[in-house]
Amino acid sequence: MTETSSKTKTGLISPTRRGALKTLAAGAGAAATMPLWARYSSAQSSAPIKIGFGKHATGIGAAYGRWYERTSVAALAKINAEGGINGRPVELVTEDDGTDPRRAAEVLEKFASQSECDVAFGTLFSHVVVGAAPRAAELKLPYFVVSEGHHVASGMLNRWTLQPGITDVKSQISAMAPFLTDVLGKKVTMIFPDYAFGYDHRDNLAPAIEAAGGEVVAKIAIPPTETSFTKYFPKIPRDTEVIYHVMIGPGVLTFVKEMGEFFGPSRPELFGFIDSLEATDLSSPGLEFLEGTYFWEGMPRYLQDDTPDYVKAYRDAVGLDANGASTADASDVSTSAHMFGCWETLHIIKAGMEASGYQSTADRQKLIEAVEAMTMFEAGPDHPQGTKMFNGKTHQVFGPQYISKVEGGKLSVVKTVPYEETLYDDEVDYTSMSF
Amino acid sequence: MTRKDLITHLGLIAVLFALHFLLPTYHHGIFARVMVLAVYAIGYNIAFGYTGLLSLGHAMFFGAGMYGMGLAAYHFAIPALPAWLIGVGCAALLSLVVGLLALRTQDVSFMIVTLMFAQAAYLIILYFSEFTRGDDGFVVPSDMRAIGPWDLSDESTRYIVALILFSGALMISLWLVRQPFGRVLVALRENEERARLLGYDTGRRKLASLVISGTISGAAGAAYAGLFGYVGASFAGVQYSIFALLWVLLGGAGTVLGPFIGTLFMFYLIDLATEVTEAYMLIAGVALVLLTLFAPQGIVGEIRRRLWKDLP
Amino acid sequence: MDFGPYLMLAMLEGAVLAAVLALMASGLSLVFGVMRVVNVAHGEFYMLGAVMAWVVTQFMAGLGGGAAVNFIAAAVLAPLIVGTIAAAADITILKRLDYDPERVIVATIGVLYIIQQASLMGYGPDAKPVIAPFNSRIALPWFEFGEEGFQIYFPWGLSTTSYKLFVIVAAVVLLFALRLFMTRSRAGLIMRATQLDGEMATAFGIPVERVYAIVFGAGAALAALAGVLIVPIQQAHYLMGGDALLLSFIVVIIGGLGSLAGTVVAAVIIGMSDGIISVFFTPTLAKIIATLAVALVLVFRPQGLFGVKSR
Repeated sequence: MTETSSKTKTGLISPTRRGALKTLAAGAGAAATMPLWARYSSAQSSAPIKIGFGKHATGIGAAYGRWYERTSVAALAKINAEGGINGRPVELVTEDDGTDPRRAAEVLEKFASQSECDVAFGTLFSHVVVGAAPRAAELKLPYFVVSEGHHVASGMLNRWTLQPGITDVKSQISAMAPFLTDVLGKKVTMIFPDYAFGYDHRDNLAPAIEAAGGEVVAKIAIPPTETSFTKYFPKIPRDTEVIYHVMIGPGVLTFVKEMGEFFGPSRPELFGFIDSLEATDLSSPGLEFLEGTYFWEGMPRYLQDDTPDYVKAYRDAVGLDANGASTADASDVSTSAHMFGCWETLHIIKAGMEASGYQSTADRQKLIEAVEAMTMFEAGPDHPQGTKMFNGKTHQVFGPQYISKVEGGKLSVVKTVPYEETLYDDEVDYTSMSF
Repeated sequence: MTRKDLITHLGLIAVLFALHFLLPTYHHGIFARVMVLAVYAIGYNIAFGYTGLLSLGHAMFFGAGMYGMGLAAYHFAIPALPAWLIGVGCAALLSLVVGLLALRTQDVSFMIVTLMFAQAAYLIILYFSEFTRGDDGFVVPSDMRAIGPWDLSDESTRYIVALILFSGALMISLWLVRQPFGRVLVALRENEERARLLGYDTGRRKLASLVISGTISGAAGAAYAGLFGYVGASFAGVQYSIFALLWVLLGGAGTVLGPFIGTLFMFYLIDLATEVTEAYMLIAGVALVLLTLFAPQGIVGEIRRRLWKDLP
Repeated sequence: MDFGPYLMLAMLEGAVLAAVLALMASGLSLVFGVMRVVNVAHGEFYMLGAVMAWVVTQFMAGLGGGAAVNFIAAAVLAPLIVGTIAAAADITILKRLDYDPERVIVATIGVLYIIQQASLMGYGPDAKPVIAPFNSRIALPWFEFGEEGFQIYFPWGLSTTSYKLFVIVAAVVLLFALRLFMTRSRAGLIMRATQLDGEMATAFGIPVERVYAIVFGAGAALAALAGVLIVPIQQAHYLMGGDALLLSFIVVIIGGLGSLAGTVVAAVIIGMSDGIISVFFTPTLAKIIATLAVALVLVFRPQGLFGVKSR
């Protein structure tokens, strides 16, 4: 119905439908549809820009959804306080996607055609992104995901889907591998969830470790619905020097606890992705044994001694205390290592809209092109996680990665890997695809 | 098939065709989706509503159609129409195998056996993730999503194709229940023992009913993959088996129009509920309990009971 | 890890699962045995037990109770609360359906969603831990006949916790108590009489409806108790009922629908094999094989592996 759609293939009975709509809209018969039409055509330039946010409010991604929303609300408050986008206020339209691909696709439809959003963003879980992305392309709705999956850069999605605010698993792993082999040990056993997110780790870790001079001695896949883990640990080879673990879902606390009970006092070195313990208090009972182990963090959860002022401003805006928990409730721990992506993505949407002179939904294509033309995001209030490089061809951003050690029940950053050391060869060129 | 039946059902199809020109974009999209899912419910209704086979595993037939179509398009670049037929064939085959085994049981055991088979099918999708892409699912390649010159991702085409599919399933369902075969199915539901004593081969008829039911469900799954472009394991999960039951019960089990009415009603109910609460599946739970308690006939069933005695 | 200690560890883990499953499935079996209905919401009563355990321990911790006291309070209160909710559901819903098997299945699917979604609203979507009353790591010895003859040593990783052992013991005690109750007490006699012939029981003046409500409540309370026992090992999460339900279905079918003794034996087999199968197969493949096997048992031996053919 919007005239933005420039279809290449023929639509069955399409012209008739449009014709009929216009005729009817003029007539009294379509009085019921009038207000909707009227709103469409007379979008005022002072009307707020609407950003549809697909939230994991229920399902296994709920903790992420909660913090993604808080971060997004805080980011928009900042953007609005600074004058909005192109002089217009910005508004967040939140819909629960239930961490479910079908619902996520419907939510995009709702954004595009009912709540009249300018762009859509959000969503962490990769099956939700993969399920929703084709709808975004059909609706010609720019879809900014904050997922850290490799699906965007691998080329399986489309021109309308971008990931400019968070790095992907492949680059995270290539940044971690040298640290693992140089500092912790050469023989690595990996434990990962037996589904797509885990496969990104499985497929990328071994080559990265081998390139760094180490060896993956065992790969242990655990189904995401598993609730007891002890029976998997005997599969860890005795000569393992480092355990690389990444789990996700409601069972993660049990996982870490049982790993502690399994090894007792004599454990190998442990390196984990903080995804295992996002939104989980490190002082929870059973987690004491993580003391002295290492974690990848997308962005430090705990306030560090050398935290720059712009990061402090970001943390204050989102409402984080020094432990990375909510200032309102110390037991409500954030998903720090991921949610910064929402903040940065919203600032990139703003920058893209300003660069393209975005006025209405008719300019959506120009917005995509403007974002694709971006190359560097300097660390600062808009990009608190650090300086990043955006690859317009693969729609994927590359940024710094943090390695932290658990000391006194807190995570202290021991190494920061700059974005330059996280790059890999392009696997797709989205800019060569049609809109 | 009486003339009155025909007018009613063709009337619904005509109304849906008219709505194609009238509905605002968002609702236009919802109706396309509901029509495809209603085909799934129509399939379920043949087994559950007319034959009395309470299956909790129909998602595996929906999934067989969806994956049959999707994998053919994704791995072997087979275009939409032949791929759809492959999907339908997969569902037919699966329902035959499941029927041969599961129909050896009855009542509660049948329900649990179908549930178990569906769970195994769901896990098989996850297990062969190299091929099926596991629970991430995959996007059906857009060049495969066309029938001749018509692009299935176009909103209008999608609606019309969904309407054609829905009309087909509706008319098949109407035709079937007005056939002697359909009447025997109802007799089976009401009293299997008596039907057997009357000389009907009840086993074969139940198998035929389940295969038709599974095949129509699979046709819906395959069409869903082609029209909406995404294939994922969540569609084969137990929740989708329960959805089919819910839609049919709400609309009216053993009525031809019920599955569509139930699907449409529940879709909007949940869509509205998401604006009020995160726990929107609560609506589904409450609806199931209230329906079994107060309106076991469903919406159309109640209409038939009170107003229109010979509605099919 | 060597094969011997590995198997030992897998069996220990399997025993914990078997203990919890036996409790939960005997609740399902009791309800089916007496009332001849399948309660699809059974998994949610298990979840509700775990969630209630969290609620009670939080409340008690607020009063300043120690971990052990809090846990005992949870073990008493959570099954009572859940049992009451279930009995109320029986009176308001199941009774009105005349315990028609198929309509009960549909209605309990509805109850499943109501409980699950109400928990989501009240308790939230996160997994939350309950502190075990005691929990120390116990390293277990292993033996081998080496060059120096028989020797005992402590292999790497072979260990359990005191709480896990407690769960196994508690389940055994509870199941014995249940058996004694069913065979020796007057209430148990009434239940068995109702099971054999509801109409005849009514004729003898047994208040069948009240018996049904109590049985349904007791079945749910058993599931809740299983939930309370497991929650210090796992966490309470509003979606934890689904897998538990499937597993207890499997157990009840293998054991023969309605047979309490068969249920316990089947729980041990399923629980142990879950641990041991994972030694040999990948977990997803193991689940596929187990699920299909159960379906085929039901197809070809509907009375279960241990059941006798019903009347």
